[in-house]
Amino acid sequence: MTRRPPYGGIAILLAMALAMVGPILSVILWAFAEKWRYPHLLPTEWGLKYWEVILGRPTTIGPIVTSLELTSIATTLAAVICWPAAYAFARLSFPGRQLLLFSFIAAQAVPKFALFVSIAVIFLQLGLVGTFWGVVLVQMLSAVLYMIWIPTAAFRGIPRALEDAAFDLGASRLRVFWSITLPQALPALAASYILAFVSILFEVDSALLIGAPEVTTMPLMLLSLSAQVIVQEAAVVCVMIWIPCFILMLLTRRFMTSKGIAQGFGA
Amino acid sequence: MLDIDAIGKSFDGVPAVREASFTVGLGEMICLLGPSGCGKSTLLRVISGLTTADQGAIRIDGVDVTAMQANRRPTAMVFQSHALWNHMTVAQNVGFGLRVRGLPKAEIAAKTAAVLDLVGLGGFAARLPSELSGGQAQRVALARCLVVEPKVLLMDEPFSALDAHLRKNLREELKSLQRRLKLTTIFVTHDQEEAMELADRIVIMRAGRVEQVGAPGELYLCPRTLGVAQFIGSMNTCTTQIAMGRADWFGLSLAAPYADGEVAVLNRPEDMQLDRRGAPARVVRVVDLGPVMRVDLITAAGDLLTWTCLRTQAPGIGDDVRLMPQRLHFYRNETLLGTVDIPVPSNGRQEALG
Repeated sequence: MTRRPPYGGIAILLAMALAMVGPILSVILWAFAEKWRYPHLLPTEWGLKYWEVILGRPTTIGPIVTSLELTSIATTLAAVICWPAAYAFARLSFPGRQLLLFSFIAAQAVPKFALFVSIAVIFLQLGLVGTFWGVVLVQMLSAVLYMIWIPTAAFRGIPRALEDAAFDLGASRLRVFWSITLPQALPALAASYILAFVSILFEVDSALLIGAPEVTTMPLMLLSLSAQVIVQEAAVVCVMIWIPCFILMLLTRRFMTSKGIAQGFGA
Repeated sequence: MLDIDAIGKSFDGVPAVREASFTVGLGEMICLLGPSGCGKSTLLRVISGLTTADQGAIRIDGVDVTAMQANRRPTAMVFQSHALWNHMTVAQNVGFGLRVRGLPKAEIAAKTAAVLDLVGLGGFAARLPSELSGGQAQRVALARCLVVEPKVLLMDEPFSALDAHLRKNLREELKSLQRRLKLTTIFVTHDQEEAMELADRIVIMRAGRVEQVGAPGELYLCPRTLGVAQFIGSMNTCTTQIAMGRADWFGLSLAAPYADGEVAVLNRPEDMQLDRRGAPARVVRVVDLGPVMRVDLITAAGDLLTWTCLRTQAPGIGDDVRLMPQRLHFYRNETLLGTVDIPVPSNGRQEALG
């Protein structure tokens, strides 16, 4: 008896692929389209006109630079704070450990917008609204989930014997951490960094509430572009941002097996 | 050389090791043997300093190291899981202990190469641990310890994850290496064959206590507690009463020069002979073990009895035989009362069957 090819499965796969890749494909097409009207399946006129428009306009480039700066600083600060905390969650036992760890998920369950409104009220009193650092501070929140959970699982997944062996052979605790623990956790740390970076880069709500209009980030600029209904301009910016992010994500693939991700979420 | 003095350790109030004491001589190989959960690994970790003892003291060369952390102690441990660092090459793994000691690069390289040759992995320096077989990985783990020249080498079931054949080879290699280098070694295992083969002396542990310390033959011939008797090799057990200096052994009345009361009488399956004066039993199973045959019998009272005999002596299933024990160990309250040897009658041939 020969096995029938799983047609159903293939159909579902194709449908899912289309659903996932389709929108991206359409954005890419729009970025290079000068004329694309119904009922044509593909643009009728191709060109780089809108790229020239966007690149020649400082109000577009400015927010992109701001966003990259903001995101780099926020992600790095979050890493400096969260990674040691993750190590503590993984290796030390202290009262309230589980509760605290869980609270990071609980914070994600709240509608972000509501959270940011209340933060905005506090920031207003502190004079942080409309400032670069105010946005950095609030953006860091978006990183916490990735920066705590994935590294905690990574540190926890390092067999104790690896650290014990190094300590037993004469290394100090610091040396053990530096030479053994850190290199072992590095792939997961890198993955958490990149995931956090991308999620901060595209964060809209907090930038809108805390930053606008003084600090305009890239997503905010995108919003204003799409409000003007110049599809091509929005598409060009999308592609410009999407390419570096996609490359970053591809890099993480090296570090992120599905097992790694599952571990990150406590499986 | 190494004194383990009344070590005690509890985890959350549950004692893992209780008042464990023994000494290890220079160049001696000691096996800590016991069933899983008997506290042998915990004791080893206490010796290494990775676990802190609640009570007792550990002295190495007369120096009290009890308060010393693992990284200061002159011990080195081989872990069950080999615990190689997979982000370092074999040479980097082996050289780690020397690097943390701040030795010059050239010296590290020379010592690393020498110790890798010693464990027969001369050409493997640039490999990654993921490219090694299980046996090779354990050799690297051993080399990593040897290179720092520990006063005491500790090994925590290092071969238990390997297949039987490889285990046996590595065991022999380890033994000859240990003899040659005169390494003071403590080896933890739950495999008594491994312990018998490797150890100069075996420390038998049970429920956190040291039950008996002795050379392999000594433990086999004279187990001082019921626990040791039942753990080392196999034993036939007959629970019976002593009355007026005699005890009933599976229907056979034998001299028992001890006080009246309940006893457990144990004997080795090979310490029995066919004898027409012996206890009657019927053969229910014969297992061919190759060099010897194992014969399972059932006595008149319905007790099970095992006899190990030569191929030529083996009866058939269903045969009725009479068996005479030659050496009996008497235990009361888990402790050995004494051993009774029954002389083999000198009048030549003994009636076997019937």
